[in-house]
Amino acid sequence: MPISRGFRGRRRDDAPSDRVPPGQYVADDFPVLSAGPTPRNPLDEWDLTVTGEVDGLKRWTWDEFCALPTESVTVDIHCVTKWSKLDSQWEGVSVDTLLDGVDTSAEYAVAFCDGGYTTNLPLEDLTGGKAWIAFAYDGEPLDPEHGGPARLLVPHLYFWKSAKWVRGLRLTPTDEPGFWEQNGYHIYGDPWKEQRYWGD
Amino acid sequence: MEGTALLGRLIWRAAEVVELRPETSQTKTITFDVPGWPGHRAGQHVDVRLTAEDGYQAERSYSIASAADGSRIELTVERLEDGEVSPYLADELRAGDVIELRGPVGGYFVWNAHAQGTVLLVAGGSGIAPLMAMARQRAGESSGIPTRLLYSARTWDDVIYRDELAELAARGDGFEPMYTLTRAQPPDWEGYGCRVDTELLGEVAPDPSELAVAFVCGPTPFVEAVANGLVELGNAPSRIKTERFGPTGG
Repeated sequence: MPISRGFRGRRRDDAPSDRVPPGQYVADDFPVLSAGPTPRNPLDEWDLTVTGEVDGLKRWTWDEFCALPTESVTVDIHCVTKWSKLDSQWEGVSVDTLLDGVDTSAEYAVAFCDGGYTTNLPLEDLTGGKAWIAFAYDGEPLDPEHGGPARLLVPHLYFWKSAKWVRGLRLTPTDEPGFWEQNGYHIYGDPWKEQRYWGD
Repeated sequence: MEGTALLGRLIWRAAEVVELRPETSQTKTITFDVPGWPGHRAGQHVDVRLTAEDGYQAERSYSIASAADGSRIELTVERLEDGEVSPYLADELRAGDVIELRGPVGGYFVWNAHAQGTVLLVAGGSGIAPLMAMARQRAGESSGIPTRLLYSARTWDDVIYRDELAELAARGDGFEPMYTLTRAQPPDWEGYGCRVDTELLGEVAPDPSELAVAFVCGPTPFVEAVANGLVELGNAPSRIKTERFGPTGG
């Protein structure tokens, strides 16, 4: 690789290399990235559903969702636009809780959202304590700009998989590319393998 | 599905600096020659990678400012004082230097030559870059798609591509740039002098029934205000495409 003459860079002492994936840098703020306007819908019209390859639909209203057991998680997040944020603090409902008792042959899921956004993931990346429906960030209700009232949180994949304004999961037998996955971005998105774009 | 521009792996390519052109006090346009460049669509971006002598690397994304032109691409870089990469690109890079880049990336925030109706471009600060690529591609294709640009900058001297935008407007082919200067206006200023809000958008934007698509690019609060304002005016959210950048890291 060519050396960039005179480039020294700015390494950060507080960003250990085993926590910052290749090509990422640590950000202190929380940038906002969306493909369109921020949806704003009243909570009494909100629900969360699990559909697709399941026997009958599972559905929670906002009040029912809030009554589910919650977890506090502190995780590092990695956006494909290169920033990473260490020790971000969230509260959410584990996807395991939502899928408890669901009998499915599906191996994948599509998260769908207000505003029409979708993203696809293998079901095993959503289960086993690896994913949440988050409703609070840093001790406060999640801002609409950051995906409130609730967003998916799947910290081990690039953050576009952590769909903002999530309204449900559709369980699917095959891996169906979502919004960014149809628009040039990687089907899986492992930051440690730098799976940013098609073909990575 | 719009994502057809990317095929196969995006490899890192050597990009040689051909020309550096100051645009404003804080921005510079860098022309690269990238052998093997596959071409791009207006609105797409590239990843840039710098490597220090000890192997340390830094990557950032930049929108492409130029229309497709063989192996040449142009990036307009705003120098962020606390940035790691942008001060190097804007101040250190010289003609003949080689850096690495890969792309083009992105299949959503892209100019569509077959738009029906009026296209609205709304830029905040250096968010003009991908929208300038669209204006340039439109001109290069002799497209007559009615296109309005609303460009918000702090002062007249902060307006990037000022002369070229005037030339594009002078072609009389339906490209209409409008400016709002939020900090200071020159004497006899006939443009707008306020931040972009719903009222200003109501004056400038086409009627919702006429809007083909709106492309909005700028800092997050700017994009939020514009996108929300356009929705408030009755435009379908699906016709509002946003690209955001913030002062982070740069």
